[in-house]
Amino acid sequence: MGETPQNEKTIVAIIVSKNTLDMAYPPLILAQTAAAMGMEAHLFFTFWGLELIKKGGAEKAKLPGFMRFFTGMMEKKMAKVGVKPLREMIREAKELGVKFHACQTTMEVLGIKKEDLIEEVDDVMGAASFLEIAEKAKITLFI
Amino acid sequence: MSEIKPSKTLDVRGLMCPMPVVKLSKAIKEIEVGEIIEVLATDPGSLTDIPAWARRTGNEVVKVEKGEGVFKFYVKRLK
Repeated sequence: MGETPQNEKTIVAIIVSKNTLDMAYPPLILAQTAAAMGMEAHLFFTFWGLELIKKGGAEKAKLPGFMRFFTGMMEKKMAKVGVKPLREMIREAKELGVKFHACQTTMEVLGIKKEDLIEEVDDVMGAASFLEIAEKAKITLFI
Repeated sequence: MSEIKPSKTLDVRGLMCPMPVVKLSKAIKEIEVGEIIEVLATDPGSLTDIPAWARRTGNEVVKVEKGEGVFKFYVKRLK
């Protein structure tokens, strides 16, 4: 009673707010690594970030702005050094136990339904629910 | 000096961060506590990432060999 459990996992909570390639890879790489290091990783997809967990959304991710025309070139470069496509990164993250949360408000704003989301998504939640997780997290990032 | 005898080899050559660590975290579960896994990697980041992973997960990097562009890690499963 009143003691902190010794075996409580370190929690990492990351907000994913964009869906461009440069902003989508870092949270997925960090979440995968966190899970591999025995941490509990949570990804909260909001605003454009939500596009990544829409069916077909990760496959459509491009470089930002004018650079979008060079997306194919970048994808080839990444494949060459063994970096996997985003969709596969999501699948692997899930397999490692990473939790996927979709932002309720963004879903309302963009008119996205639960069935529009990929199967890896654990739940849809609001700010309060995410903050409850983030409050316990040792590492919180906004990307 | 006793020789290191790995009971398993993990080849992550050609793979970049985070794959070496992700694959190692899975592969180490396939050996027994006290046994050693040998990891072959080409990602220069793995030189600091694999030891960091080991410190965090409570396992031990027993030895690191740096060859021509290839790094060999001997990791002992401690838990």
